Amino acid sequence: MSLASFLKTRLVPAELDQHINRIRKPIGSLGYDPWGYNNEAMKYGLSLTKQIYEKYFRVQAHGVENIPADGPVLIIANHSGQLPIDGLLIGYALASREKDARIPRAMIERFFPTVPWLGNLLNEVGAVLGDPVNCAKMLANNEAVIVFPEGVRGSGKLYQDRYQLKRFGNGFMHLAMKYKAPIVPVGVVGCEETIPAIANIKPLAKALGIPYAPVAMPVVLPAKVHLNFGAPMYFDDLEIPEEQVTDRVEKVKAEISRLIDKGLSERKRLF
Amino acid sequence: MTEQRRPHILITGAAGALAQQVIEQLRDTCDLVAVDFREQVYLGDDIPSYCIDFNKRVFEDLFRRYQFDGVIHMGRIMSSQLTRMRRYNANVLGTQKLLDLSHKYGIKRVVVLSTFHVYGAVAYNPALIDEAAPLKSAGLSADLIDSVELENLANIYLWRYPELNITILRPCNIVGPGVRNTISTLLASERAPVLAGFSPMMQFIHIDDMADAIVLAYKKPTRGVYNVAPQDWVAYQHALKLCGCKRIQVPSIPPMIPKMILGTLKLKSFPSYLMAFFKYPVVIDGRAFVNEFGFEPKRPLKEIFRFYRENKRPV
Repeated sequence: MSLASFLKTRLVPAELDQHINRIRKPIGSLGYDPWGYNNEAMKYGLSLTKQIYEKYFRVQAHGVENIPADGPVLIIANHSGQLPIDGLLIGYALASREKDARIPRAMIERFFPTVPWLGNLLNEVGAVLGDPVNCAKMLANNEAVIVFPEGVRGSGKLYQDRYQLKRFGNGFMHLAMKYKAPIVPVGVVGCEETIPAIANIKPLAKALGIPYAPVAMPVVLPAKVHLNFGAPMYFDDLEIPEEQVTDRVEKVKAEISRLIDKGLSERKRLF
Repeated sequence: MTEQRRPHILITGAAGALAQQVIEQLRDTCDLVAVDFREQVYLGDDIPSYCIDFNKRVFEDLFRRYQFDGVIHMGRIMSSQLTRMRRYNANVLGTQKLLDLSHKYGIKRVVVLSTFHVYGAVAYNPALIDEAAPLKSAGLSADLIDSVELENLANIYLWRYPELNITILRPCNIVGPGVRNTISTLLASERAPVLAGFSPMMQFIHIDDMADAIVLAYKKPTRGVYNVAPQDWVAYQHALKLCGCKRIQVPSIPPMIPKMILGTLKLKSFPSYLMAFFKYPVVIDGRAFVNEFGFEPKRPLKEIFRFYRENKRPV
């Protein structure tokens, strides 16, 4: 037995291995897809995330069955907590669901592909450069795509601004309309408390070429996370002025805001 | 009884392995004439072969003598050969001469071989780049300008002289027996450099499949620009592993360091101006070509890599 297969038997439970093999993915003969997703890497990724999801953040997910079993879908959520932990947890919730599990793709910040090791690692577990062309091609490929329309405005916000939604970009709505993809809104509660930041050192961020440089404790706190998936929202593909597209985006934003409030009211304590 | 005239085709780049595959496929049904900048190759008594510079006046004599119906232009001085200036003269001005003569002598079909390098490797590239994407390569390295310029020229002629029926093919990495380009040299070597922490997605097409693609394209006169790539992908470092190459890690950050190292080493198989292609993915979408020409690649990646693994030490 080679070292790789030995490690795999120790790290990846057979059940999970079969679970991932069952999920149909458009991959090539060596297990890769055009964006760098890799089936084998995903198995390690999911086994590790399982521990983080169940033991560390003790995630409570409601309504994950709202995500359709197949076809293109956009999963839209609020972004928070400096690191893309929210994307990871939403992804795991969908990938581990008993019935009709799917491996979603998360659109990530443009800065990640330039970071050695991390960029490739993220690609291998399904994260993709947040480019509208990528998102469009994935929806055309019937993928489930996680988008945080707040982008770095959301993830980089300070603790004092927690649970205040920043401006949503309109791009996701245009894509949802064009590809007739339903939108599943998600309210994430708890990630704001994982890495509370009190300030952002902008000159340092600029010097390092990163989106933000938070002043925070160098640990990820084990906050309890609540994920609330809303009912799918459908929008027609009529040619409408940008103003009306913004109205539709506001509708999604309002729904996410409602789901966040729901999560906050369910939450008994921070940790 | 008049026998139907066999099509006369001019094939450039005849010294290359790809051109020779194309010649093999066409020689039974067409009258071929082979030319190359670099050397004169013997292709059998039935195929006249010339070593010729397109910019010389004698090149026109070939058009007068053989009355070509079509041109398959694969002749290219690769970015690792000669100086930038000489490459520009041969690749860009030479192609212009070829297209001018093709127009003058009423050629009805031209297939031009380009490369996916024209898209340029940038961190912000989306995957499955289609043919309408901007060609960013020229802005990234002066050594790739001739590739982009050649394409621009072919594009101008494509629209200005529709009767030439120009088709431009942009293949992904062409690999396989006999191929002497950068990537093939790397896969065939015992040790290959990699940029630490970067393993971009790559696409490979077997030389025989590429020859099939060129012949298919030649036979159906649909004008346009097409990517040619199989629907299969692999990360660079994984490909090296499957080819049995030991990976030599070159420090990758800050970006100045690998540039300096490669600039000093001047490795032919890992030139500094191609560095970005080993860092960021350039994944092209070959579906338009498949749909238009009914192309079906037959050699899977595993077979390609097996060839390189088993031929580490050529006899």
